[in-house]
Amino acid sequence: MKEYEPTIIAFVCNWCTYTAADLAGTSRLIQPHNVRLIRMMCTGMVDPKYVIKSLLEGADAVLISGCHPGDCHYINGNLKARRRVKLLKEILPRFGFDERRLKMTWIGASEGIDFAETVRSMVLEIKALGPNEARRQIM
Amino acid sequence: MAKRAMMEVVDQDPVASLRILFGRLLEDAEIGAVLVAQHLNKGGVPMPALVTDPERFEYADPLAPAFPINAAKIVSRLSRRPAGETVAAVLRPCEIRAFIELVKLKQGNMHDVLLLGIDCPGAFGNTDYARYVEGNGSRSSVDFLTAAIRGKTSTEDGLDISPACKACEHPVPENADVIIGMLGVDVKSSLFLYAGTPRGEELLSKLNFSEIREPEDRRSAVVELLERRIAYRDRMFEKTTEATADLEKLTAYLANCVNCYNCRVACPVCYCKECVFLTDVFDHEPAQYLRWARRKGILKMPSDTIFYHLTRLAHMSTACVGCGQCSNACPNNIPVMELFRTIAACTQRAFGYEAGRSADDEPPLSAFREREFSEVTGGKD
Repeated sequence: MKEYEPTIIAFVCNWCTYTAADLAGTSRLIQPHNVRLIRMMCTGMVDPKYVIKSLLEGADAVLISGCHPGDCHYINGNLKARRRVKLLKEILPRFGFDERRLKMTWIGASEGIDFAETVRSMVLEIKALGPNEARRQIM
Repeated sequence: MAKRAMMEVVDQDPVASLRILFGRLLEDAEIGAVLVAQHLNKGGVPMPALVTDPERFEYADPLAPAFPINAAKIVSRLSRRPAGETVAAVLRPCEIRAFIELVKLKQGNMHDVLLLGIDCPGAFGNTDYARYVEGNGSRSSVDFLTAAIRGKTSTEDGLDISPACKACEHPVPENADVIIGMLGVDVKSSLFLYAGTPRGEELLSKLNFSEIREPEDRRSAVVELLERRIAYRDRMFEKTTEATADLEKLTAYLANCVNCYNCRVACPVCYCKECVFLTDVFDHEPAQYLRWARRKGILKMPSDTIFYHLTRLAHMSTACVGCGQCSNACPNNIPVMELFRTIAACTQRAFGYEAGRSADDEPPLSAFREREFSEVTGGKD
């Protein structure tokens, strides 16, 4: 049987984590191919509904990653994003979602190695967790 | 200046006495208009009406056990820009708490509004109120009231106040300028008025009320009511948590939802002018529905029901005051309020916030700090 390959939707900011992902690629760092990157201008524009929709439609996990606090291109978008992730981590587990299916990290533009490592460890974690049943559970 | 006053009730009728008080607000207290629930149509639900003529309080009845609309939205309309004069709004505690949330979301202003809050024994849902009026005469508000402030809200024909009211731990309007107190008071002989703010104090002085002490039985009456309400609320939280513990259960819980979005329209704190669920973001191409259906072999229509409710929980549960208008507006009797209050209790706790508590608390999703919630990002900040 083919090994279970999770799908991870990553909302990454244009200025830090997207650039880090690009760096990881151009540096030829080996990464699993489970992540679908969605490039946003800022993590501050990730509305909770994007995360909810991803998880309901069958993504196995969602990663939101932006600039370190203090480094946000728009001053504080990443801090707003952190509050929204906090909010979602209160709501989603109440309906049976494993809290580990939503992750937030700070990865700066020069941290390509950190990006590759984050993706590797997250894929391992979600593989151990197994598939997200949400898509099967609702019609 | 009078902080606490006793208003005598004429003819054992607190409703008639309040009508006189509202008239005096216009005549003696430099109030431009009074917003108060009125029976505008015979047998209908009393609706908020803006009154400028002291003679037109004939059908005013803020004590009727009816709650067709959370008037916070109306007060927000009346106050979002200066009107040049003060409007006194006669509101239930949950309407005041919702208005405070709207003010913090820049949808209204406290300056030109004087809030008159009424001790709230609870109200029937819309359909139950219609049945209640059918079986009762014109003095039904007073009959209900005298029983309800002693704790008996159910009627002989099996009607009772809405679950939102039974679970409400805010029967006293803490943030009003003037509070019209009924708990622990014999409402057929007097009403207890007290000021919650300096503006309220000024108003009581303009009306020439003299200072008295708080009625002896009031505190114990409030404590007793709160105990009953909190016990009901906690049972409700437990039951709802169990009934929605996973997506399959949540789907069953919301099975009768027809995506009418009435709960959103009725919600006083859902303030977006254009809700994303009504925009063309959700006008999917026909081929898109077919692709979705093909992926699982079956697609429930209208689609996105769970998505809608989860999104609304994320967008407004931190501002939910638990007024229950969502359940009142639901055409299919889904216990929407129970779900929203249960989730709101955790989201508000997570941010150390309580919707409607104070105009000075920052809404959780508007404020943020550089160092906080480091657990969200794996301990790093």
